[in-house]
Amino acid sequence: MNAFVDPAGMAGHSGMTKGEVLLRVDNVSLAFGGVKAITNISFDIVKGEVRAIIGPNGAGKTSMLNVINGFYHPQEGTITWRGKVRRKMKPYEAASNGIARTFQNVALFKGMTTLDNIMTGRGLKMHKNFLWQCLHWGPALREENEHRRKVEEIIDFLEIQAIRKTPVGRLPYGLQKRVELARALAMEPELLLLDEPMAGMNLEEKEDMSRFILDVNQQFGTTIALIEHDMGVVMDLSDRVVVLDYGRKIADGPPEEVQSNQDVIDAYLGVPHEN
Amino acid sequence: MAGSPVVERLDEDTFPKILLRNARVFADRPSMREKDLGIWQAWTWSQVLEEIRTFAIGLQDIGFTQGDKIAIVGANRPRLYWSMVAVQSLGGVPVPLYSDSVAEEMAFVLEHAEVRFACVEDQEQVDKLLSMSESLPHLEQVIYDDPRGLVDYDHSRLHSFEGLQVAGRKALEGDPARAEAWLEGIAAAKGADIAVMLYTSGTTGRPKGVMLSFDNLVISARNGNKFDNLNETEETLAYLPMAWIGDHVFSLAQAYCAGYCVNCPENLETVLSDRREIAPTYFFAPPRVFEGLLTHIMVRMEDAGRIKKKMFDFFMGVARRVGEQILNGEDVGFGDRLLYRLGDLFVYGPLKNQMGFTRLKVGYTAGEAIGPEIFRFYRSLGLNLKQLYGQTEASVYITMQPDGEIYGDTVGMPAPDVELRIAENGEVHYRSPGVFVGYYKNDEATRSTKTEDGWVLTGDAGFIADNGHLKIIDRAKDVGKLSDGSLFAPKYIENKLKFFPNVKEVVAFGDGRDFCGVFVNIDLTAVGSWAERNNVNYASYQELAAHPHVYEMIRSHVDQVNRDLASEPMMAGGQIKRFLVLHKELDADDGELTRTQKVRRSFIAERYQPLIEALYDGSTSKHVRTEVTFEDGRKGGIEATVAIHDMELYPAQSGGMKEAAE
Repeated sequence: MNAFVDPAGMAGHSGMTKGEVLLRVDNVSLAFGGVKAITNISFDIVKGEVRAIIGPNGAGKTSMLNVINGFYHPQEGTITWRGKVRRKMKPYEAASNGIARTFQNVALFKGMTTLDNIMTGRGLKMHKNFLWQCLHWGPALREENEHRRKVEEIIDFLEIQAIRKTPVGRLPYGLQKRVELARALAMEPELLLLDEPMAGMNLEEKEDMSRFILDVNQQFGTTIALIEHDMGVVMDLSDRVVVLDYGRKIADGPPEEVQSNQDVIDAYLGVPHEN
Repeated sequence: MAGSPVVERLDEDTFPKILLRNARVFADRPSMREKDLGIWQAWTWSQVLEEIRTFAIGLQDIGFTQGDKIAIVGANRPRLYWSMVAVQSLGGVPVPLYSDSVAEEMAFVLEHAEVRFACVEDQEQVDKLLSMSESLPHLEQVIYDDPRGLVDYDHSRLHSFEGLQVAGRKALEGDPARAEAWLEGIAAAKGADIAVMLYTSGTTGRPKGVMLSFDNLVISARNGNKFDNLNETEETLAYLPMAWIGDHVFSLAQAYCAGYCVNCPENLETVLSDRREIAPTYFFAPPRVFEGLLTHIMVRMEDAGRIKKKMFDFFMGVARRVGEQILNGEDVGFGDRLLYRLGDLFVYGPLKNQMGFTRLKVGYTAGEAIGPEIFRFYRSLGLNLKQLYGQTEASVYITMQPDGEIYGDTVGMPAPDVELRIAENGEVHYRSPGVFVGYYKNDEATRSTKTEDGWVLTGDAGFIADNGHLKIIDRAKDVGKLSDGSLFAPKYIENKLKFFPNVKEVVAFGDGRDFCGVFVNIDLTAVGSWAERNNVNYASYQELAAHPHVYEMIRSHVDQVNRDLASEPMMAGGQIKRFLVLHKELDADDGELTRTQKVRRSFIAERYQPLIEALYDGSTSKHVRTEVTFEDGRKGGIEATVAIHDMELYPAQSGGMKEAAE
């Protein structure tokens, strides 16, 4: 049985209501030496929506995601997070400010069990110090039990009870992706970034994953930004889509509008040579 | 332990009445457990009473009245079990459905049963019901257990289980008369009322709704409990479909009558580890579960270290030699007993723990024939595994195996209060207090299954063996006669041969002919690995199948089957006189097997007509060409010369217990 999880309890961070701008990037440019990964891009992510970022290979999607979660700091432009302009952050600051992500290539601790992997997602929320945790008794144990409960709710939510004690390295790829999502959810993020959540999955796994993404969005009220190559999935899941090509934004809008945009079609299918 | 006083002295004749009794005498004993968020949550009988009462009142307030039917759809969840008894307390009838059936199948049953209400597990089932709501004019309200994903649905006809309970609790607090009225309603119900309607899965034609009364279920359940000395301390695992009579009787009827605890696993994939945690004392599984478990163990043992493997092999040898005798309470020498004890310490105990059978008091298997080797494996470990023969129409129990009288090839003696007779044509008939009331809205089917004086025709052919135990041989309609009048039961012969690992499929012919002849399909995995070990080279299935050594191997198996058959007076005439090994594997793509891997005998007879002729005209080989369909739909042909071998027949022996092939 899935316990009903109170959305307010899970995602209540900033107290923003649905429809407010949660994150805005303005005229952002990012370059690695001479390589311009992102050039002058602006768009916003609204609280409660599913926002897709698409584009051909090398368009700068993953760089964009890294800019959003604070891993890269852009050379130009501003990022406004929860209404405040964000400055350059240290990694641990970035991790604790309410943005969680999954990776294009699964980045789990292969030798650890599913449960332990997800528990690492709670690490930042543990407040008892190292010595207390070594003692594993009294307040520290109580705290861990509380976190374990949250983790169990997520396990239940993603229906991965059967692999709770299985080392992640032994799991099939589709399930590893799910565990990664679980770990991201364990941070109770306000904004969840998914880098190609469906890559390498079969049809059934894709359907499951789509279902979970929608449920996360609906039940926890989590805002989601995702990169995905499967256009069917993008069109079905997302509320708005932003399209990048060679580091530039070429379209932004609802899926059906983007789908019929000539620039987007050209970017994906290529343009025939004039002569 | 059968003398548990509270269980013996009973006059409650419906489940709601038994619930009230249990809440009184077993108030603080666990009634149900469910693993939720990784922790086993328990409900005592008094808590269950409260859950059921509030739900029943809530249900009443959305219009449920006496005589209404409610569909129950979902996996084994405590709330779904409770909803059944809640409905019964209001004079309604629950109709559990198979949750994995597709929308159209479900629609037929829902429409046929005229259900106005449905209580389902989750969003998946709600979606399924909503998708066919247009074709279901009777269906009015849907109740769901798990609210996940359903928040945004239109709730004008949709209710959450919890929501109804909250409403029910309020109503009870507001008006004490409601509780009184509820109790009066329960008291007014009689044992003859319909308790539940179970639709038989319907391998032939449309499913039929079997109506069972409280008397049917309560008396059968009490008999079952008494037979195996089950009491309130038992633990069981509810993991088989709720729409199946077995689960209904084990997890509801017997649990209520004995007062024992039913455990619901976290989900279907965790059954194995949940079983290990619970260690049920009473357990039921179809043969494939036991087969799967055995394979799992054997594969793991192959990878074990040398010392462990040696130890395992040695003590399993001991168990094979004396384990069953010890379990049956027979005389065994002191040395062997000591060895067996040691084995229990080093091997059997840990093995049982792995399987979750440490506390097993009695385990049952039914549904189809279990391989004698598998059956013996579990029994030799000291697990009291038994077979039973039952039907939905009988509230499960027809025959059971009493302790100490377990034979692998028979299904036991008539269960308590059951009368058994074998009809002229070999069909098994029975009469018992558990015999169903009738098929819902299908008097014709009722009349053709149940006689005026209460005998039910099982449709299975069988006979009573010398030891008084029933032996099922085949579906009655498949049983034929050889031209000399002796009985020919194709499936019985086929199963006997199929128990050899080297044999994959068998098709037996003989109805209306002079003798029995069979087609054999070898098992490529088993025979292939044998070939590898014995330096037999082969390039294809066809080549391996035609290899003289393989023929010799199959010949020895057939010979063993013939010896077995000769020892059974009824079956001795049906010995296999000639056999051949088919040059191709039977395949569902060619229409030779059904999609569920059952042989289509008549189709095969037609397709391999030349081979059948050769089987009966005495020739020793035959050249045939067979058309095959490849997986991509293209067609091709296989040509082969198939050898046909003659077998030696044995004179029928009269009497004497037989032991299956060793």
